[in-house]
Amino acid sequence: MSAAQANPALGVVPSHAIRLAGVAKTFGDVPVFSGIDLTINTGEAVAIIGSNGTGKSTLLRALNGLNPIDAGSVEVLGASVHALKGDALRRLRARIGFVFQKHFLVSRLCALSNVIHGMQARRSGPQVWAQWCAPAAAREEALACLQRVGLADKAMQRVDSLSGGQSQRVAIARMLMQRPEIILADEPAASLDPRAGDEVMELLFHLSREAGRTLVFVSHDMEHAVRYSDRIIGLSGGGIALDISATEARPQELTGFFAKPAAETADRPRAVYSGAAAA
Amino acid sequence: MNVSAPPRFERPGAVGFTLFVAAAAFIIWSFQNSGLSLEHLERGFPAIIRVLGRMFPPDITDIDRILWSLLTTFQMAIAGVVLGLILSLPIAILAADGLSPHPVVKQAARGLIALFRTVPDLVWALIFVITVGLGSPAGILTIMVDTIGFAGRFFATAMEETDKGSREALASIGATRSGIVFSSVIPDAMPSFIATSLFCVEKAVRSSVVLGLVGAGGIGVELKVAFDLFEYDVAATIIILIFILVVCVEQAGEWMRRRVM
Ligand SMILES: Nc1ncnc2c1ncn2[C@@H]1O[C@H](COP(=O)(O)OP(=O)(O)OP(=O)(O)O)[C@@H](O)[C@H]1O
Ligand SMILES: [Mg+2]
Repeated sequence: MSAAQANPALGVVPSHAIRLAGVAKTFGDVPVFSGIDLTINTGEAVAIIGSNGTGKSTLLRALNGLNPIDAGSVEVLGASVHALKGDALRRLRARIGFVFQKHFLVSRLCALSNVIHGMQARRSGPQVWAQWCAPAAAREEALACLQRVGLADKAMQRVDSLSGGQSQRVAIARMLMQRPEIILADEPAASLDPRAGDEVMELLFHLSREAGRTLVFVSHDMEHAVRYSDRIIGLSGGGIALDISATEARPQELTGFFAKPAAETADRPRAVYSGAAAA
Repeated sequence: MNVSAPPRFERPGAVGFTLFVAAAAFIIWSFQNSGLSLEHLERGFPAIIRVLGRMFPPDITDIDRILWSLLTTFQMAIAGVVLGLILSLPIAILAADGLSPHPVVKQAARGLIALFRTVPDLVWALIFVITVGLGSPAGILTIMVDTIGFAGRFFATAMEETDKGSREALASIGATRSGIVFSSVIPDAMPSFIATSLFCVEKAVRSSVVLGLVGAGGIGVELKVAFDLFEYDVAATIIILIFILVVCVEQAGEWMRRRVM
């Protein structure tokens, strides 16, 4: 299937990359969301928005099994994520890239070593632990990934000496090294200055588009949500309260989504709110 | 302002006061029970002066042999500490929260480390002298066990305290447990590993000089013989050389710790 996806001309690409049905999650006795149904098509770019604590991160992390769910099913790339364990789960995760708000690199290692870690999706053993024990082909591929994010000249620099924006780009290079079919990103630009944030989002969007990868990102920046997605999903009151095409949406209108009192959306958790119609 | 200043000391509660009195009583009793008296000091002090007097000037006629013995002692410490550090790492991984493959394994590894740490080195030395015989091999094993008891615990703590974020990032890539340990946990914990290892070397050098007293190799036996034959001037040479070695090792350790931090 991954071969088919690398060459969309073959035409056997499954129509949906992600399908959630009746997904519910409760932390202790605090319900985060209940009964989420959502289908995301292959190659689609989806922005997830919503107030703090509405469960955006929890949802995203459920997509690759970093967070467990209480009920429902999460199907990603044709596999039922939460039914997988051990090696099978690792093989699925290998196909899903994840960019966090913080870069989460190994700070004492150089950029190149961190990018080579991305290869752990495909193989294990000492060759993928650090750049100095990696085979020449892996080092070249990692360097190409760094070049892709514009940091080839920083390959041998320790990542704790890089800026926040540069570190986030190294994390993206590590994700590229993974050769993922889906890219998940949880507020990848949130700890960056506006300019670096734009660059990172631009990069993620471009990387997903050029290879037909599915992109799902969480953002509090409505400009980013509109500019770098095909579709915008809003979480509120424990469910999906907004699901619109990005071409219909305008940043100012989306801001209105947050102004909505929580109680109102909580009554109708899964009602589709149309920002355009409300305007 | 109408705010009155808080009292300087809190009034102790009944339980606190009782504990305080009990502790004070125990300390006084400890002095009585161990029989230290002014008489001891009166008699002991001139004796110390007399022995010190016989120590100087130190006898350096045999210094070649003593230096050689000191080098052997140092090498015994290094060999033991290296063995111990190499074994500490896997044991610490098994003992660390979040890295250990199974709770039972974790408890077993922690139990082993605790056993190695709590039994004093001279006791280990006696055990190894009985089992492997007199001489340096017993000393090496003693230092190895002592190092595992110390480093195993600190290595495990250091690894538990490493950045959870980079571990999670690797887990989300689909990395194996060993991949995560070797590419994230160990690099993150490296400064702490190095600092701990340097402490272990210092500790091993200090303990290596006394292991000879129970026959586990090293310069300690020379010291004991010198005292037994009342050759206090030879003993002085040995003590001064031990002092120089330990200080040098500590200074070198300090210097290296500053460089890795
Ligand atoms: N590990 C956890 N244990 C307990 N509660 C949690 C845990 N993780 C998240 N929560 C709770 O679940 C809810 C959703 O959290 P989540 O992090 O998914 O929100 P979010 O939409 O990503 O918020 P933000 O915009 O601040 O990132 C919050 O109320 C949070 O307190
Ligand atoms: Mg979040």
